[in-house]
Amino acid sequence: MAKTIAEINEKIKKGKVAVVTAEEIIDLVEKKGVERAARQIDIVTSATFGPMCSSGAYFNTGHSKPRIKLGGGRTYLNEVPVYTGLAAVDFFLGAAALPDNDPRNRVHPGEFRYGGGHVIEDLVAGKDVKLVASAYGTDCYPRKNLETWINIEDFNEAVLFNPRNAYQNYNVAVNLSNKVIYTYMGILQPRLGNANYCSAGQLSPLFNDPYYKTIGIGTRIFLGGGIGYIAWQGTQHNPNVPRTKKGVPRSGAGTIAVIGDLKKMSPEWLRGTTLRGYGVNLTVGIGLPIPILNEEIVQWTAVRDEEIYAQIIDYSDAYPKGKSDSLAEVNYAQLKSGKVTIQGKGVPTASLSSYAKARKIAGILKNWIKKGEFFLTEPVELLPSVDSGITFKPLRERKIR
Amino acid sequence: MAKRRLVLTFPPKLVEEPITYRLIKDYDLVVNILRAKISPEEEGRLMIELSGEKSALKRGMDYLNRLKVNIQPLARDIRWLEEKCTHCTVCVSLCPTEAIVVDRNSMKISFNKDKCIACGACIPACPYKAIEILF
Repeated sequence: MAKTIAEINEKIKKGKVAVVTAEEIIDLVEKKGVERAARQIDIVTSATFGPMCSSGAYFNTGHSKPRIKLGGGRTYLNEVPVYTGLAAVDFFLGAAALPDNDPRNRVHPGEFRYGGGHVIEDLVAGKDVKLVASAYGTDCYPRKNLETWINIEDFNEAVLFNPRNAYQNYNVAVNLSNKVIYTYMGILQPRLGNANYCSAGQLSPLFNDPYYKTIGIGTRIFLGGGIGYIAWQGTQHNPNVPRTKKGVPRSGAGTIAVIGDLKKMSPEWLRGTTLRGYGVNLTVGIGLPIPILNEEIVQWTAVRDEEIYAQIIDYSDAYPKGKSDSLAEVNYAQLKSGKVTIQGKGVPTASLSSYAKARKIAGILKNWIKKGEFFLTEPVELLPSVDSGITFKPLRERKIR
Repeated sequence: MAKRRLVLTFPPKLVEEPITYRLIKDYDLVVNILRAKISPEEEGRLMIELSGEKSALKRGMDYLNRLKVNIQPLARDIRWLEEKCTHCTVCVSLCPTEAIVVDRNSMKISFNKDKCIACGACIPACPYKAIEILF
């Protein structure tokens, strides 16, 4: 018995919609069976809250008097440089940007106390930030310098626009070498001292619709505590990786690019993030509603941690060299238990992605829908799936003479 | 046997006083120094674990008080800023004493100050600066 998104929205309007989280659906399908679950449930909410480097925001400052052309000059927010290769007063702030005078890794491991992700958190928290700009001056934009406090409300537009978020699966990082290493997957102790993973597993958005049959351009989502939309497939979107019999990717696969009004977001769900010896970053909260259009979809949303596998990769050698040799495969139930066995050794696990926060987001989105505050959208175009032929290519270098 | 984890702060005039030696020899206490430093102002700070018979421990503490050594529980120098913590759990596998643990149902962190030895392993690992040692 198939449903449409329009029918589900009608139920939301009438306050009769049946929504459960991607955790709750697991038991429900087990108890009631696929057919009844598909009939009874209209929406499953999935969520994730983890560091997502490929994030940022663009802004329009409004025009000063006299006018200044930031474009082509240098502009800073709290000393963090923004990208000004746009029109006169538009710029883009990347989550991984660092102040020019940050010592970075000159004394390894660098501390990376403040950067683009932290500016975004400060802005959504309503704090004033310092805008400093220098420009070359033109006949129509004569001014060459600008220094002012600025607040998120002062911008005409402040838009979060993340080119790659919500990775469908990710590596488990370990260190086979004899020294501590500092990576974007955290601090890794020598000789398999620990194993770090980064996914909400059974709650994570793209695990719940593994072939992207309901997700696409225009899908409305929970983004950073406000409303956002899927803008495109994310960079490195790679549907064609090995999958389990049930279609679950065994390594990093699909991704989404997302967009939304930063002014309506909250610092609880956009957090500036520091990774010692690596850099800065933004931790993003995303919630994705999956419409239960048929039995096939409800079955996918019932995926559980035991059925989702990730690859264990050595970040001391294989990863930096660009080799994808997997040491072993483990599932998320094992990872979440706190210990996995690798090469015969018990290794403690830890996560960079917060399952507790993901659970909270899935609950918030469920409530929004139940209260009739959040309606589903029909995607304009679905995300490219396995039949798209899209692959994730390495860079082939060519000599410049 | 009783055990106490303390931060001792002593003024410049006591810097050359062999306090740990006295605690061991005269008061029969087991002394485990977790951290020690002398600041540029020559104020000494000692993060210490004392264990021994209850009465011995009391007499040792009296000795420290007589010397006008400032004594405070170690727990007060370590802070878990729960409002900054996202419960990601990335610090957990680095904690050698299981002072930071995860409830596997809620997947939330809890911090047991009494088990913390202030080694500081969790501090650089926290992406949100949610743990502080004021030592």
